Amino acid sequence: MSVNVMVLAEHTDGQVSDGTYELIGQARALAAALGGVTEVALLGRADLAGQLGPADVVVCVEHPALEEYVPEAYERALLEVLAQRSPRLLLLSNATIGLDLGAALSVHWDAPLAAYVSALEIDGGAVVATAQILGGKVLAEVELPGRRGIATLLGGAFGADLGAAGAGPEVVHVAPPAGLGALRMSLRSVVGPDGGDIDISAADLLVSVGRGIESQENLETVQELADALGAPLSASRPVVDAGWLPKSRQVGQSGLKVKPRVYLAFGISGAPEHLEGMRRSEMIIACNTDPGAPIFGVAHYGTTLDLFDLVPELVDKVRG
Amino acid sequence: MRIVVPIKAVPDLVEEIDLAADETGIDREYLTFVISEWDAQALEEALLLKDAGGAEVVAVGLADDPDIDQLLYTALAKGADAAVKLTGAGAAGPSGPSGTRTADRAALLAAYLDAQPADLVITGVQAADDLDGQLPSRLAALLDLPHVSVVIGVEVGGGSATVRQEFAGGRSHELQVQMPAVIGVQSARQAPRYAPITRIRQAMNAGGLSELAVPARAAGDGLVVRRVHRPEASGKAEMMTGSAGEVAGQIVGLLRARGLVKG
Repeated sequence: MSVNVMVLAEHTDGQVSDGTYELIGQARALAAALGGVTEVALLGRADLAGQLGPADVVVCVEHPALEEYVPEAYERALLEVLAQRSPRLLLLSNATIGLDLGAALSVHWDAPLAAYVSALEIDGGAVVATAQILGGKVLAEVELPGRRGIATLLGGAFGADLGAAGAGPEVVHVAPPAGLGALRMSLRSVVGPDGGDIDISAADLLVSVGRGIESQENLETVQELADALGAPLSASRPVVDAGWLPKSRQVGQSGLKVKPRVYLAFGISGAPEHLEGMRRSEMIIACNTDPGAPIFGVAHYGTTLDLFDLVPELVDKVRG
Repeated sequence: MRIVVPIKAVPDLVEEIDLAADETGIDREYLTFVISEWDAQALEEALLLKDAGGAEVVAVGLADDPDIDQLLYTALAKGADAAVKLTGAGAAGPSGPSGTRTADRAALLAAYLDAQPADLVITGVQAADDLDGQLPSRLAALLDLPHVSVVIGVEVGGGSATVRQEFAGGRSHELQVQMPAVIGVQSARQAPRYAPITRIRQAMNAGGLSELAVPARAAGDGLVVRRVHRPEASGKAEMMTGSAGEVAGQIVGLLRARGLVKG
Protein backbone atom coordinates (compact mmCIF):
# COMPACT_ATOMS: atom_id res chain seq x y z
CA MET A 1 0.00 0.00 0.00
CA SER A 2 1.46 3.33 -1.08
CA VAL A 3 0.41 6.87 -0.29
CA ASN A 4 0.30 7.78 -3.97
CA VAL A 5 -2.64 9.24 -5.82
CA MET A 6 -3.53 7.75 -9.20
CA VAL A 7 -5.49 9.30 -12.07
CA LEU A 8 -6.96 7.44 -15.04
CA ALA A 9 -6.04 9.35 -18.20
CA GLU A 10 -8.80 9.84 -20.77
CA HIS A 11 -7.85 10.39 -24.38
CA THR A 12 -9.55 10.79 -27.73
CA ASP A 13 -7.88 10.84 -31.14
CA GLY A 14 -4.45 10.96 -29.58
CA GLN A 15 -5.22 13.89 -27.29
CA VAL A 16 -5.32 13.63 -23.52
CA SER A 17 -8.57 15.29 -22.38
CA ASP A 18 -8.73 18.62 -20.52
CA GLY A 19 -10.53 16.82 -17.71
CA THR A 20 -7.49 14.59 -17.17
CA TYR A 21 -5.38 17.66 -16.32
CA GLU A 22 -8.00 18.73 -13.78
CA LEU A 23 -7.71 15.29 -12.18
CA ILE A 24 -3.92 15.52 -12.18
CA GLY A 25 -4.05 18.97 -10.59
CA GLN A 26 -6.16 17.63 -7.75
CA ALA A 27 -4.03 14.48 -7.47
CA ARG A 28 -0.88 16.57 -7.04
CA ALA A 29 -2.40 18.55 -4.19
CA LEU A 30 -3.54 15.36 -2.43
CA ALA A 31 -0.29 13.52 -3.05
CA ALA A 32 1.61 16.43 -1.51
CA ALA A 33 -0.62 16.27 1.57
CA LEU A 34 -0.14 12.50 1.85
CA GLY A 35 3.58 12.56 1.17
CA GLY A 36 3.21 10.51 -2.00
CA VAL A 37 3.49 11.06 -5.73
CA THR A 38 1.05 11.46 -8.62
CA GLU A 39 0.67 8.47 -10.92
CA VAL A 40 -1.31 8.42 -14.15
CA ALA A 41 -2.65 5.18 -15.63
CA LEU A 42 -2.40 5.49 -19.40
CA LEU A 43 -4.13 2.65 -21.21
CA GLY A 44 -3.64 1.68 -24.83
CA ARG A 45 -1.57 4.68 -25.93
CA ALA A 46 1.85 4.71 -24.27
CA ASP A 47 2.89 7.14 -27.02
CA LEU A 48 0.85 9.86 -25.27
CA ALA A 49 3.00 9.76 -22.11
CA GLY A 50 4.74 12.93 -23.31
CA GLN A 51 1.48 14.83 -22.81
CA LEU A 52 1.43 13.93 -19.13
CA GLY A 53 4.20 16.27 -17.95
CA PRO A 54 2.53 17.20 -14.65
CA ALA A 55 2.56 13.55 -13.44
CA ASP A 56 5.42 11.98 -11.48
CA VAL A 57 4.86 8.47 -12.85
CA VAL A 58 2.98 7.30 -15.94
CA VAL A 59 1.87 3.66 -15.78
CA CYS A 60 1.23 2.25 -19.25
CA VAL A 61 -0.62 -0.88 -20.33
CA GLU A 62 -0.44 -1.71 -24.02
CA HIS A 63 -2.91 -4.03 -25.74
CA PRO A 64 -4.94 -3.80 -28.98
CA ALA A 65 -8.20 -4.01 -26.97
CA LEU A 66 -7.26 -0.73 -25.22
CA GLU A 67 -6.84 1.51 -28.25
CA GLU A 68 -10.30 2.98 -27.77
CA TYR A 69 -12.30 3.00 -24.58
CA VAL A 70 -14.10 -0.33 -24.09
CA PRO A 71 -15.53 -0.64 -20.57
CA GLU A 72 -14.55 -4.22 -19.83
CA ALA A 73 -11.06 -3.86 -21.32
CA TYR A 74 -10.38 -0.70 -19.32
CA GLU A 75 -11.75 -2.26 -16.16
CA ARG A 76 -9.51 -5.32 -16.40
CA ALA A 77 -6.41 -3.33 -17.29
CA LEU A 78 -7.00 -0.80 -14.53
CA LEU A 79 -7.55 -3.54 -11.94
CA GLU A 80 -4.17 -4.96 -12.93
CA VAL A 81 -2.56 -1.53 -12.53
CA LEU A 82 -4.24 -1.06 -9.14
CA ALA A 83 -3.08 -4.47 -7.96
CA GLN A 84 0.52 -3.70 -8.92
CA ARG A 85 0.75 -0.06 -7.84
CA SER A 86 -1.61 -0.05 -4.81
CA PRO A 87 -2.34 3.69 -4.74
CA ARG A 88 -3.96 5.27 -1.70
CA LEU A 89 -6.55 6.95 -3.90
CA LEU A 90 -7.84 6.63 -7.47
CA LEU A 91 -9.39 9.66 -9.17
CA LEU A 92 -11.76 9.28 -12.13
CA SER A 93 -13.86 11.76 -14.07
CA ASN A 94 -17.52 11.87 -13.09
CA ALA A 95 -18.32 11.60 -16.81
CA THR A 96 -18.86 8.52 -18.98
CA ILE A 97 -15.74 6.62 -17.95
CA GLY A 98 -16.09 7.32 -14.24
CA LEU A 99 -19.82 6.57 -14.25
CA ASP A 100 -19.04 3.37 -16.11
CA LEU A 101 -16.09 2.04 -14.11
CA GLY A 102 -16.21 3.64 -10.66
CA ALA A 103 -18.70 1.41 -8.89
CA ALA A 104 -17.39 -1.80 -10.48
CA LEU A 105 -13.84 -0.95 -9.38
CA SER A 106 -15.20 -0.20 -5.92
CA VAL A 107 -16.43 -3.81 -5.73
CA HIS A 108 -13.45 -5.53 -7.35
CA TRP A 109 -10.73 -3.43 -5.72
CA ASP A 110 -12.68 -3.40 -2.45
CA ALA A 111 -12.49 0.34 -1.89
CA PRO A 112 -15.18 2.87 -0.95
CA LEU A 113 -16.31 5.23 -3.71
CA ALA A 114 -17.53 8.81 -3.49
CA ALA A 115 -19.30 10.17 -6.60
CA TYR A 116 -20.14 13.74 -7.75
CA VAL A 117 -17.11 15.05 -5.86
CA SER A 118 -16.47 18.80 -6.02
CA ALA A 119 -13.81 19.03 -3.30
CA LEU A 120 -11.30 16.62 -1.76
CA GLU A 121 -8.96 17.04 1.17
CA ILE A 122 -6.82 15.08 3.58
CA ASP A 123 -7.96 15.62 7.16
CA GLY A 124 -5.65 14.03 9.71
CA GLY A 125 -4.84 11.17 7.36
CA ALA A 126 -8.45 10.59 6.34
CA VAL A 127 -9.68 11.30 2.82
CA VAL A 128 -12.69 13.61 2.98
CA ALA A 129 -14.80 14.34 -0.09
CA THR A 130 -17.55 16.87 -0.66
CA ALA A 131 -20.15 15.54 -3.08
CA GLN A 132 -22.92 17.46 -4.81
CA ILE A 133 -26.07 15.38 -4.73
CA LEU A 134 -29.73 15.92 -5.58
CA GLY A 135 -28.96 18.10 -8.57
CA GLY A 136 -26.47 20.18 -6.60
CA LYS A 137 -29.09 21.19 -4.00
CA VAL A 138 -27.34 19.31 -1.20
CA LEU A 139 -23.67 18.87 -0.38
CA ALA A 140 -22.57 15.75 1.48
CA GLU A 141 -19.24 15.73 3.32
CA VAL A 142 -18.09 12.13 3.50
CA GLU A 143 -15.06 10.26 4.76
CA LEU A 144 -13.70 7.38 2.69
CA PRO A 145 -12.81 4.85 5.39
CA GLY A 146 -10.05 2.31 5.02
CA ARG A 147 -6.66 2.42 3.36
CA ARG A 148 -7.73 3.05 -0.22
CA GLY A 149 -10.54 4.84 -1.95
CA ILE A 150 -12.00 6.00 -5.25
CA ALA A 151 -13.48 9.38 -6.09
CA THR A 152 -15.21 10.48 -9.28
CA LEU A 153 -14.67 14.22 -9.75
CA LEU A 154 -17.02 16.70 -11.36
CA GLY A 155 -15.51 18.45 -14.35
CA GLY A 156 -14.86 22.15 -14.01
CA ALA A 157 -14.78 22.02 -10.20
CA PHE A 158 -10.99 21.75 -10.06
CA GLY A 159 -8.25 23.79 -11.68
CA ALA A 160 -6.21 22.11 -14.38
CA ASP A 161 -2.54 21.60 -13.62
CA LEU A 162 -0.59 22.37 -16.76
CA GLY A 163 2.74 22.62 -15.01
CA ALA A 164 5.46 20.14 -15.85
CA ALA A 165 7.39 18.26 -13.21
CA GLY A 166 11.04 19.00 -14.03
CA ALA A 167 12.52 16.10 -15.95
CA GLY A 168 9.16 14.69 -16.98
CA PRO A 169 7.47 11.66 -15.56
CA GLU A 170 9.01 8.27 -15.07
CA VAL A 171 7.31 5.85 -17.46
CA VAL A 172 6.67 2.29 -16.28
CA HIS A 173 4.94 -0.54 -18.11
CA VAL A 174 2.54 -3.09 -16.69
CA ALA A 175 1.97 -6.28 -18.68
CA PRO A 176 -1.58 -6.58 -20.00
CA PRO A 177 -3.66 -9.06 -17.99
CA ALA A 178 -4.68 -12.29 -19.77
CA GLY A 179 -8.34 -11.32 -19.37
CA LEU A 180 -7.98 -8.80 -22.21
CA GLY A 181 -7.98 -11.74 -24.61
CA ALA A 182 -11.39 -12.98 -23.49
CA LEU A 183 -13.64 -9.95 -23.37
CA ARG A 184 -17.41 -10.24 -23.43
CA MET A 185 -17.79 -7.08 -25.50
CA SER A 186 -16.22 -5.52 -28.56
CA LEU A 187 -16.13 -2.11 -30.20
CA ARG A 188 -17.97 -2.07 -33.54
CA SER A 189 -17.69 1.56 -34.50
CA VAL A 190 -16.86 5.05 -33.33
CA VAL A 191 -19.53 7.59 -34.21
CA GLY A 192 -18.61 11.29 -34.45
CA PRO A 193 -20.93 14.11 -33.47
CA ASP A 194 -23.91 14.78 -35.73
CA GLY A 195 -23.12 17.57 -38.11
CA GLY A 196 -25.56 19.74 -39.98
CA ASP A 197 -27.19 21.69 -37.19
CA ILE A 198 -26.07 25.07 -35.84
CA ASP A 199 -22.88 24.86 -33.79
CA ILE A 200 -24.00 26.28 -30.45
CA SER A 201 -20.42 26.33 -29.17
CA ALA A 202 -19.62 29.01 -31.76
CA ALA A 203 -22.41 31.42 -30.79
CA ASP A 204 -21.80 34.77 -29.03
CA LEU A 205 -25.21 34.63 -27.38
CA LEU A 206 -27.22 31.60 -26.35
CA VAL A 207 -30.83 31.46 -25.21
CA SER A 208 -31.01 28.29 -23.15
CA VAL A 209 -33.99 26.51 -21.60
CA GLY A 210 -34.36 23.81 -18.96
CA ARG A 211 -36.93 21.71 -17.22
CA GLY A 212 -38.85 24.85 -16.19
CA ILE A 213 -40.18 25.19 -19.75
CA GLU A 214 -42.57 22.34 -18.82
CA SER A 215 -43.79 21.42 -22.32
CA GLN A 216 -42.80 21.41 -25.94
CA GLU A 217 -45.54 23.93 -26.80
CA ASN A 218 -44.00 26.39 -24.36
CA LEU A 219 -40.74 26.29 -26.29
CA GLU A 220 -42.31 28.60 -28.86
CA THR A 221 -42.26 31.46 -26.37
CA VAL A 222 -38.51 31.16 -25.90
CA GLN A 223 -37.89 30.41 -29.58
CA GLU A 224 -39.52 33.75 -30.33
CA LEU A 225 -36.99 35.47 -28.07
CA ALA A 226 -34.10 33.56 -29.65
CA ASP A 227 -35.32 34.61 -33.11
CA ALA A 228 -35.65 38.24 -32.05
CA LEU A 229 -32.08 38.16 -30.71
CA GLY A 230 -30.72 36.19 -33.66
CA ALA A 231 -29.36 33.63 -31.20
CA PRO A 232 -29.61 29.84 -31.27
CA LEU A 233 -31.81 28.06 -28.77
CA SER A 234 -29.93 25.62 -26.54
CA ALA A 235 -31.06 23.49 -23.63
CA SER A 236 -30.17 21.41 -20.62
CA ARG A 237 -30.42 17.64 -20.75
CA PRO A 238 -34.06 17.08 -19.67
CA VAL A 239 -35.34 19.14 -22.61
CA VAL A 240 -33.27 17.10 -25.07
CA ASP A 241 -34.11 13.77 -23.43
CA ALA A 242 -37.80 14.68 -23.76
CA GLY A 243 -37.21 14.99 -27.49
CA TRP A 244 -38.13 18.69 -27.62
CA LEU A 245 -34.79 19.82 -29.06
CA PRO A 246 -32.09 17.87 -30.91
CA LYS A 247 -28.99 16.57 -29.16
CA SER A 248 -26.88 19.14 -31.01
CA ARG A 249 -28.48 21.84 -28.82
CA GLN A 250 -27.57 20.24 -25.50
CA VAL A 251 -25.24 22.12 -23.16
CA GLY A 252 -23.49 20.16 -20.42
CA GLN A 253 -21.37 17.18 -19.61
CA SER A 254 -23.01 14.83 -22.11
CA GLY A 255 -23.63 17.63 -24.58
CA LEU A 256 -21.39 20.50 -25.61
CA LYS A 257 -19.27 22.87 -23.59
CA VAL A 258 -20.00 26.48 -24.49
CA LYS A 259 -18.56 29.85 -23.52
CA PRO A 260 -20.58 32.53 -25.27
CA ARG A 261 -20.26 36.21 -24.36
CA VAL A 262 -23.72 35.98 -22.79
CA TYR A 263 -25.62 32.86 -21.70
CA LEU A 264 -29.31 33.44 -20.95
CA ALA A 265 -30.69 30.56 -18.83
CA PHE A 266 -34.44 30.15 -18.47
CA GLY A 267 -35.89 27.53 -16.14
CA ILE A 268 -32.50 25.84 -15.64
CA SER A 269 -31.82 24.86 -12.02
CA GLY A 270 -28.11 24.24 -12.57
CA ALA A 271 -27.35 20.56 -11.99
CA PRO A 272 -23.57 19.98 -11.83
CA GLU A 273 -23.57 18.31 -15.27
CA HIS A 274 -25.10 21.42 -16.80
CA LEU A 275 -22.85 23.88 -15.00
CA GLU A 276 -19.85 21.97 -16.29
CA GLY A 277 -20.89 22.88 -19.82
CA MET A 278 -21.54 26.62 -19.39
CA ARG A 279 -19.82 28.01 -16.32
CA ARG A 280 -17.04 29.53 -18.40
CA SER A 281 -19.45 31.82 -20.28
CA GLU A 282 -18.34 35.45 -20.05
CA MET A 283 -21.67 36.50 -18.60
CA ILE A 284 -24.51 34.34 -17.29
CA ILE A 285 -28.01 35.72 -16.73
CA ALA A 286 -30.36 33.23 -15.05
CA CYS A 287 -34.11 33.19 -14.59
CA ASN A 288 -35.47 30.57 -12.17
CA THR A 289 -38.36 30.76 -9.71
CA ASP A 290 -36.38 28.87 -7.04
CA PRO A 291 -34.09 31.35 -5.24
CA GLY A 292 -32.02 28.37 -4.00
CA ALA A 293 -31.32 27.06 -7.51
CA PRO A 294 -27.60 26.27 -7.93
CA ILE A 295 -27.57 28.20 -11.23
CA PHE A 296 -27.43 31.40 -9.15
CA GLY A 297 -24.11 30.21 -7.76
CA VAL A 298 -22.46 30.69 -11.16
CA ALA A 299 -24.71 33.38 -12.70
CA HIS A 300 -23.64 37.03 -12.75
CA TYR A 301 -27.21 38.29 -12.81
CA GLY A 302 -30.34 36.51 -11.66
CA THR A 303 -34.08 36.87 -11.33
CA THR A 304 -36.71 34.71 -9.66
CA LEU A 305 -39.45 35.97 -11.99
CA ASP A 306 -41.52 33.37 -13.82
CA LEU A 307 -40.00 32.86 -17.24
CA PHE A 308 -43.46 32.99 -18.80
CA ASP A 309 -43.85 36.56 -17.47
CA LEU A 310 -40.31 37.65 -18.30
CA VAL A 311 -39.77 36.24 -21.79
CA PRO A 312 -42.67 38.05 -23.56
CA GLU A 313 -41.45 41.34 -22.04
CA LEU A 314 -37.97 40.62 -23.34
CA VAL A 315 -39.33 39.92 -26.83
CA ASP A 316 -41.15 43.29 -26.77
CA LYS A 317 -38.07 45.18 -25.60
CA VAL A 318 -35.72 43.53 -28.08
CA ARG A 319 -38.04 44.25 -30.95
CA GLY A 320 -38.22 47.81 -29.64
CA MET B 1 -35.96 -12.78 -23.35
CA ARG B 2 -36.33 -11.53 -19.81
CA ILE B 3 -35.48 -7.89 -19.12
CA VAL B 4 -35.32 -6.71 -15.52
CA VAL B 5 -35.59 -2.96 -14.94
CA PRO B 6 -34.60 -1.85 -11.42
CA ILE B 7 -36.29 1.44 -10.59
CA LYS B 8 -35.63 3.86 -7.77
CA ALA B 9 -37.72 6.51 -6.04
CA VAL B 10 -35.90 9.81 -5.58
CA PRO B 11 -37.01 13.14 -4.11
CA ASP B 12 -38.76 15.37 -6.62
CA LEU B 13 -36.11 18.01 -7.22
CA VAL B 14 -38.71 20.59 -8.13
CA GLU B 15 -39.43 20.81 -4.41
CA GLU B 16 -37.33 22.38 -1.71
CA ILE B 17 -35.18 19.82 0.11
CA ASP B 18 -35.06 20.12 3.91
CA LEU B 19 -32.21 18.67 5.91
CA ALA B 20 -32.62 16.40 8.92
CA ALA B 21 -31.90 18.07 12.25
CA ASP B 22 -28.74 15.99 12.85
CA GLU B 23 -27.35 17.06 9.46
CA THR B 24 -26.55 13.53 8.30
CA GLY B 25 -29.32 13.28 5.75
CA ILE B 26 -32.34 14.93 4.25
CA ASP B 27 -35.74 15.13 5.91
CA ARG B 28 -37.84 12.73 3.85
CA GLU B 29 -41.11 13.19 5.70
CA TYR B 30 -42.79 15.85 3.57
CA LEU B 31 -41.08 15.16 0.27
CA THR B 32 -42.75 13.86 -2.85
CA PHE B 33 -40.89 10.96 -4.44
CA VAL B 34 -40.80 10.29 -8.17
CA ILE B 35 -39.12 7.71 -10.37
CA SER B 36 -35.49 8.58 -10.99
CA GLU B 37 -35.56 10.22 -14.41
CA TRP B 38 -32.86 7.91 -15.80
CA ASP B 39 -34.84 4.88 -14.64
CA ALA B 40 -37.82 6.23 -16.55
CA GLN B 41 -35.59 6.34 -19.63
CA ALA B 42 -34.40 2.79 -18.94
CA LEU B 43 -37.96 1.51 -18.63
CA GLU B 44 -38.82 3.15 -21.94
CA GLU B 45 -35.84 1.52 -23.66
CA ALA B 46 -36.90 -1.88 -22.25
CA LEU B 47 -40.48 -1.36 -23.45
CA LEU B 48 -39.19 -0.39 -26.91
CA LEU B 49 -37.32 -3.72 -27.05
CA LYS B 50 -40.51 -5.49 -26.04
CA ASP B 51 -42.46 -3.64 -28.73
CA ALA B 52 -39.85 -4.50 -31.35
CA GLY B 53 -39.38 -8.19 -30.83
CA GLY B 54 -41.04 -9.46 -27.75
CA ALA B 55 -39.57 -9.56 -24.29
CA GLU B 56 -40.83 -9.99 -20.79
CA VAL B 57 -40.22 -6.74 -18.93
CA VAL B 58 -40.11 -6.92 -15.13
CA ALA B 59 -39.90 -3.70 -13.11
CA VAL B 60 -38.24 -4.18 -9.72
CA GLY B 61 -38.17 -1.77 -6.80
CA LEU B 62 -37.16 -1.78 -3.15
CA ALA B 63 -39.97 -1.93 -0.60
CA ASP B 64 -38.06 0.63 1.48
CA ASP B 65 -38.32 3.29 -1.24
CA PRO B 66 -41.10 5.81 -0.55
CA ASP B 67 -44.08 5.67 -2.95
CA ILE B 68 -42.58 2.64 -4.71
CA ASP B 69 -46.00 0.95 -5.18
CA GLN B 70 -47.21 3.89 -7.23
CA LEU B 71 -44.07 3.84 -9.38
CA LEU B 72 -44.31 0.09 -9.99
CA TYR B 73 -48.02 0.31 -10.89
CA THR B 74 -47.13 3.09 -13.32
CA ALA B 75 -44.56 0.76 -14.90
CA LEU B 76 -47.27 -1.90 -15.27
CA ALA B 77 -49.62 0.68 -16.80
CA LYS B 78 -46.92 1.57 -19.33
CA GLY B 79 -46.57 -2.03 -20.43
CA ALA B 80 -44.31 -3.88 -18.01
CA ASP B 81 -45.38 -7.52 -17.68
CA ALA B 82 -44.67 -7.83 -13.99
CA ALA B 83 -43.63 -5.74 -11.03
CA VAL B 84 -41.75 -6.94 -7.98
CA LYS B 85 -41.04 -5.23 -4.70
CA LEU B 86 -38.02 -6.52 -2.79
CA THR B 87 -37.93 -6.63 0.98
CA GLY B 88 -34.95 -7.49 3.08
CA ALA B 89 -33.31 -4.11 3.44
CA GLY B 90 -32.34 -3.09 6.95
CA ALA B 91 -35.39 -2.26 9.01
CA ALA B 92 -33.49 0.56 10.69
CA GLY B 93 -34.28 3.01 7.93
CA PRO B 94 -32.32 4.37 5.02
CA SER B 95 -28.62 3.66 4.98
CA GLY B 96 -27.62 6.73 2.96
CA PRO B 97 -28.33 10.43 3.37
CA SER B 98 -31.48 10.34 1.24
CA GLY B 99 -32.40 6.66 1.03
CA THR B 100 -30.94 3.19 0.69
CA ARG B 101 -27.36 3.58 -0.50
CA THR B 102 -26.33 2.10 -3.82
CA ALA B 103 -24.19 -0.62 -2.26
CA ASP B 104 -27.15 -2.03 -0.28
CA ARG B 105 -29.52 -1.55 -3.21
CA ALA B 106 -27.18 -3.44 -5.51
CA ALA B 107 -26.75 -6.25 -2.95
CA LEU B 108 -30.51 -6.81 -2.76
CA LEU B 109 -30.95 -6.70 -6.51
CA ALA B 110 -28.03 -9.08 -6.99
CA ALA B 111 -29.65 -11.56 -4.60
CA TYR B 112 -32.89 -11.30 -6.60
CA LEU B 113 -31.13 -11.69 -9.95
CA ASP B 114 -29.13 -14.68 -8.68
CA ALA B 115 -32.41 -16.43 -7.96
CA GLN B 116 -34.25 -15.19 -11.06
CA PRO B 117 -31.68 -14.35 -13.72
CA ALA B 118 -32.31 -11.88 -16.53
CA ASP B 119 -30.99 -11.77 -20.07
CA LEU B 120 -30.65 -8.03 -19.74
CA VAL B 121 -30.74 -5.71 -16.76
CA ILE B 122 -31.57 -2.21 -17.96
CA THR B 123 -31.55 0.61 -15.43
CA GLY B 124 -30.81 4.30 -15.19
CA VAL B 125 -27.16 5.27 -15.59
CA GLN B 126 -27.33 7.20 -12.33
CA ALA B 127 -29.71 8.71 -9.79
CA ALA B 128 -29.64 12.18 -8.29
CA ASP B 129 -28.54 10.86 -4.91
CA ASP B 130 -26.24 7.91 -5.61
CA LEU B 131 -23.48 9.32 -3.48
CA ASP B 132 -21.64 6.00 -3.21
CA GLY B 133 -21.61 5.37 -6.94
CA GLN B 134 -23.90 4.17 -9.69
CA LEU B 135 -26.03 1.06 -9.62
CA PRO B 136 -25.42 -0.52 -13.06
CA SER B 137 -21.72 -1.25 -12.78
CA ARG B 138 -21.89 -2.14 -9.08
CA LEU B 139 -24.65 -4.64 -9.80
CA ALA B 140 -22.74 -6.04 -12.76
CA ALA B 141 -19.62 -6.44 -10.61
CA LEU B 142 -21.57 -8.38 -7.96
CA LEU B 143 -23.08 -10.64 -10.64
CA ASP B 144 -19.86 -10.84 -12.68
CA LEU B 145 -21.67 -9.65 -15.81
CA PRO B 146 -20.42 -7.33 -18.55
CA HIS B 147 -21.79 -3.79 -18.27
CA VAL B 148 -21.99 -0.60 -20.28
CA SER B 149 -23.26 2.73 -18.96
CA VAL B 150 -24.28 6.09 -20.44
CA VAL B 151 -26.15 4.20 -23.15
CA ILE B 152 -28.46 5.96 -25.61
CA GLY B 153 -29.89 2.99 -27.49
CA VAL B 154 -30.07 -0.81 -27.22
CA GLU B 155 -30.77 -3.40 -29.90
CA VAL B 156 -30.89 -7.12 -29.37
CA GLY B 157 -30.22 -10.07 -31.65
CA GLY B 158 -28.44 -13.42 -31.71
CA GLY B 159 -27.60 -13.63 -28.02
CA SER B 160 -25.95 -10.23 -27.86
CA ALA B 161 -26.94 -6.63 -27.41
CA THR B 162 -25.67 -3.75 -29.51
CA VAL B 163 -25.51 -0.54 -27.53
CA ARG B 164 -24.51 3.07 -28.18
CA GLN B 165 -22.37 4.53 -25.42
CA GLU B 166 -22.25 8.29 -25.31
CA PHE B 167 -19.29 10.58 -24.58
CA ALA B 168 -19.00 14.34 -24.22
CA GLY B 169 -19.39 16.43 -27.33
CA GLY B 170 -21.80 14.10 -29.11
CA ARG B 171 -19.26 11.32 -29.77
CA SER B 172 -20.40 7.73 -29.21
CA HIS B 173 -19.18 4.15 -29.44
CA GLU B 174 -21.19 1.24 -30.75
CA LEU B 175 -20.42 -1.85 -28.68
CA GLN B 176 -21.52 -5.43 -29.05
CA VAL B 177 -22.05 -7.04 -25.66
CA GLN B 178 -22.71 -10.68 -24.83
CA MET B 179 -25.86 -11.32 -22.85
CA PRO B 180 -26.59 -11.52 -19.99
CA ALA B 181 -25.42 -7.98 -19.37
CA VAL B 182 -26.21 -4.87 -17.37
CA ILE B 183 -26.94 -1.66 -19.25
CA GLY B 184 -27.05 1.83 -17.69
CA VAL B 185 -29.29 4.05 -19.79
CA GLN B 186 -28.70 7.78 -20.22
CA SER B 187 -31.64 8.29 -22.55
CA ALA B 188 -34.03 6.05 -24.46
CA ARG B 189 -34.42 6.23 -28.22
CA GLN B 190 -37.65 8.12 -27.64
CA ALA B 191 -39.13 10.13 -24.79
CA PRO B 192 -40.72 7.97 -22.06
CA ARG B 193 -44.33 7.08 -22.84
CA TYR B 194 -47.11 8.51 -20.77
CA ALA B 195 -49.42 6.36 -18.65
CA PRO B 196 -52.86 7.90 -18.13
CA ILE B 197 -54.07 7.88 -14.53
CA THR B 198 -57.03 5.66 -15.47
CA ARG B 199 -54.66 2.96 -16.64
CA ILE B 200 -52.54 3.27 -13.50
CA ARG B 201 -55.73 2.82 -11.44
CA GLN B 202 -56.62 -0.25 -13.52
CA ALA B 203 -53.20 -1.69 -12.80
CA MET B 204 -53.69 -1.03 -9.07
CA ASN B 205 -57.10 -2.70 -9.09
CA ALA B 206 -55.74 -5.68 -10.97
CA GLY B 207 -53.03 -6.16 -8.35
CA GLY B 208 -50.07 -7.67 -10.14
CA LEU B 209 -47.46 -6.25 -7.79
CA SER B 210 -45.70 -9.07 -5.99
CA GLU B 211 -43.49 -8.84 -2.94
CA LEU B 212 -40.39 -10.92 -2.49
CA ALA B 213 -38.04 -11.25 0.46
CA VAL B 214 -34.43 -11.67 -0.58
CA PRO B 215 -31.41 -12.48 1.56
CA ALA B 216 -29.29 -9.35 1.72
CA ARG B 217 -25.63 -9.82 0.96
CA ALA B 218 -23.04 -7.95 2.93
CA ALA B 219 -22.23 -4.77 1.06
CA GLY B 220 -18.90 -3.94 2.70
CA ASP B 221 -17.85 -0.72 4.37
CA GLY B 222 -19.43 2.35 2.90
CA LEU B 223 -18.81 6.02 3.18
CA VAL B 224 -19.05 7.73 6.52
CA VAL B 225 -21.29 10.77 6.14
CA ARG B 226 -19.88 13.54 8.34
CA ARG B 227 -22.60 16.03 7.54
CA VAL B 228 -24.85 17.29 4.79
CA HIS B 229 -25.46 20.93 4.14
CA ARG B 230 -26.74 23.30 1.51
CA PRO B 231 -24.36 24.94 -0.90
CA GLU B 232 -23.21 28.19 0.65
CA ALA B 233 -24.97 31.01 -1.08
CA SER B 234 -22.00 32.13 -3.10
CA GLY B 235 -23.79 35.45 -3.44
CA LYS B 236 -22.36 35.55 -6.90
CA ALA B 237 -25.46 36.45 -8.85
CA GLU B 238 -26.65 40.01 -8.53
CA MET B 239 -30.42 39.56 -8.19
CA MET B 240 -32.53 41.85 -10.33
CA THR B 241 -35.77 43.03 -8.79
CA GLY B 242 -38.84 44.80 -10.09
CA SER B 243 -41.63 43.96 -12.50
CA ALA B 244 -41.14 41.68 -15.49
CA GLY B 245 -40.96 44.77 -17.69
CA GLU B 246 -38.29 46.38 -15.52
CA VAL B 247 -36.14 43.24 -15.31
CA ALA B 248 -36.50 42.74 -19.07
CA GLY B 249 -35.27 46.31 -19.49
CA GLN B 250 -32.18 45.59 -17.37
CA ILE B 251 -31.39 42.41 -19.29
CA VAL B 252 -31.74 44.10 -22.66
CA GLY B 253 -29.48 46.87 -21.33
CA LEU B 254 -26.80 44.29 -20.49
CA LEU B 255 -27.09 42.74 -23.96
CA ARG B 256 -27.05 46.12 -25.68
CA ALA B 257 -23.90 47.13 -23.80
CA ARG B 258 -22.20 44.11 -25.39
CA GLY B 259 -23.53 44.87 -28.83
CA LEU B 260 -25.75 41.80 -28.79
CA VAL B 261 -28.94 43.81 -29.30
CA LYS B 262 -28.91 46.36 -32.06
CA GLY B 263 -30.36 49.84 -31.61
